[in-house]
Amino acid sequence: METENYITASCVISNHIVFKNGLPVFEENKADQSEFLIAAYRNFGLQYPKFFKMDNLSKLGWLANEILLQDSFDKEKYRPEEVGIVLSNANSSLDTDIRYYETTKTMASPALFVYTLPNIVIGEMSIRHGFKGENAFFISEGFDVAFIEQYVNNLFNNNILQCCICGWVEVLENNYNATLFLTEKDKSVNSFNFTKENLNKIYQLQNG
Amino acid sequence: MSDLKSQIIAQLNLQDTKPEDIGDDQPLFVDGLGLDSIDALELIVLLQQQYKIKLSNAEDGPKVFKTVRTMAEYIKAHQAQNA
Amino acid sequence: MNEQVFIAGKGIVSAIGNNVAECLDALQNERAGMGTMHYLDSVHRQRLPVAEVKLNNDDLAKLAGLPNIKSRTALLSLVAAKEALADAGIEDLKDLRTGFISATSVGGMDKTENFFTEFLSDNSKGKLRDVVNHECGSVTELVADALGIKDYITTINTACSSSANAIFLGARLIRNNIIDVVVAGGADSMTRFTLNGFNTLMIVDEQFCQPFDENRRGLNLGEGAGYIVLVSERVAATLKNKPSMVLSGYCNANDAYHQTASSPDGIGSYLAMSGALKKAGLKPEDIDYINLHGTGTQNNDIAEGTAIKRLFEPHYPKMSSTKAFTGHTLGACGGIEAAFSILALQHGIIFPNLRLQTPMVDLPFVPERELVRNAELKHVLSNSFGFGGNCSSLIFSKL
Repeated sequence: METENYITASCVISNHIVFKNGLPVFEENKADQSEFLIAAYRNFGLQYPKFFKMDNLSKLGWLANEILLQDSFDKEKYRPEEVGIVLSNANSSLDTDIRYYETTKTMASPALFVYTLPNIVIGEMSIRHGFKGENAFFISEGFDVAFIEQYVNNLFNNNILQCCICGWVEVLENNYNATLFLTEKDKSVNSFNFTKENLNKIYQLQNG
Repeated sequence: MSDLKSQIIAQLNLQDTKPEDIGDDQPLFVDGLGLDSIDALELIVLLQQQYKIKLSNAEDGPKVFKTVRTMAEYIKAHQAQNA
Repeated sequence: MNEQVFIAGKGIVSAIGNNVAECLDALQNERAGMGTMHYLDSVHRQRLPVAEVKLNNDDLAKLAGLPNIKSRTALLSLVAAKEALADAGIEDLKDLRTGFISATSVGGMDKTENFFTEFLSDNSKGKLRDVVNHECGSVTELVADALGIKDYITTINTACSSSANAIFLGARLIRNNIIDVVVAGGADSMTRFTLNGFNTLMIVDEQFCQPFDENRRGLNLGEGAGYIVLVSERVAATLKNKPSMVLSGYCNANDAYHQTASSPDGIGSYLAMSGALKKAGLKPEDIDYINLHGTGTQNNDIAEGTAIKRLFEPHYPKMSSTKAFTGHTLGACGGIEAAFSILALQHGIIFPNLRLQTPMVDLPFVPERELVRNAELKHVLSNSFGFGGNCSSLIFSKL
């Protein structure tokens, strides 16, 4: 059963700017990526001490997710198993792998090792909101909108999920980019059709 | 103990916590500071790197890391041994 | 889209054998693969037993038909994937839409960590990025190339459930008529990176691991690769050896509890197993054998055991963890254990859960401690649970 699915919200974090639904909502020119993420965290009044323990990939993805869902997501609509997450990037957890590897010279850091897998960011997002639906992390050279469209539509068409957070979360040294889409079966006031063209449009517009 | 508190804060990335916020006898795990199993492992790293004390039996962890005071006492006892 | 997804072939390389036949022989004769570190160079060599593939990179390269300049992960991957494809006996791949879905958690890390030491004395940061960037999904591309697979290639990294996820993605692609044949599974090689990491999490065993034992101490790290070949009904009908086994169920769920520990009530495992049953249209009592994730850590075994208790009570199927043979092969375990599950179905055998001395007091069942032959197996469940709360279960069935 093919359903029409919709992008009901989007969040992009790139080049020191945070966009929600296409509009810039926060900007701060910090040289250090970690400092920028913390500044954004404080700006949005988020209260989650575990944020500071996350690696940069998880901080970025988790933050983008918080902003994505803020005022756009009605948790009551879904059971935990009905909400899932599908993300992708090119460099896996490389940024943290390198940092972790540095620590093995003296004594390996357990806190860093925990983040040497790209899907941990999905774990953090799930823990925060109690999402228990299917989740996957794919590695690809660039943001493969056709693949994401097909994969997520399949999840909706087969009723594996009723709501999916999908997109691209990438960090390598000072290059970072998070582009997240909230996709649901029901339309909303400002929603777009969930198509690869729209995914691409939003991704390109805000990523210069 | 306030040095130890600063070290704990740094090691565990407790960004929003100041040393004054941690009570000497406040439980570090479960309630209290709400630390988890990974934090416990990082404290083991802290003991090794700062104090050259090796805690090889993870099961001793809960006792040693119960509060800042129990940690400090453990360090004092084992530094004396190492000296 | 309810067409069946058939299993046409399998390939394995692990600490207990360099191909399927060797592994099967080891499984039937209780020959475990862990021992003192031999091929990897590490400070933990004397202390931590590991389950290495008993071939150095030169020999692996010969087996794979590649020059020995590629990462060990790539070599392992190609050896197993080649065996799987050959096993499927597909006459001509050229006219079929083919896919390769591979999972890894290590990728080219083995090459990188050796490179890294030299790199430290050199200044060009860019170089490291090139090397590792080059390996990230390129292990997959390299192997796909060598196999002649070109239509659909992707890489999954979701920790220890990676290759199970690769397998059911393959099944979905076939069901959705996007590809006809897919080689799916995963590979991981032993590296200091992972060994040091698991060691620092204090979940490794200094002795040979004892999954599902009350006094278990942790896991033994392993390495290897496991792939299965999935085909559509149409392709299955054209094969000389008509496949009679299918991937009947699969499910993935998130535990939403902790980055590296499973929730004590095993909710993630429970959701994955019950979802797979639902997908297969089966009831818990239809399962004849569970190939457990069973790493031997305090945490996994009680979480998985609790979930099994909840789901299967009071009809507990026979079960065992083959990680007591192969160690925990991380990104490869879903693939290797899928192949083992299929072997169990094929031969009517249940592999023993080695070194289980004291059953877990909190569980009302005990895994099989002896090899069981002539078992009537129709449905086998395989579990793979990964860090990040990513839980997957697969069900294989005999038609």
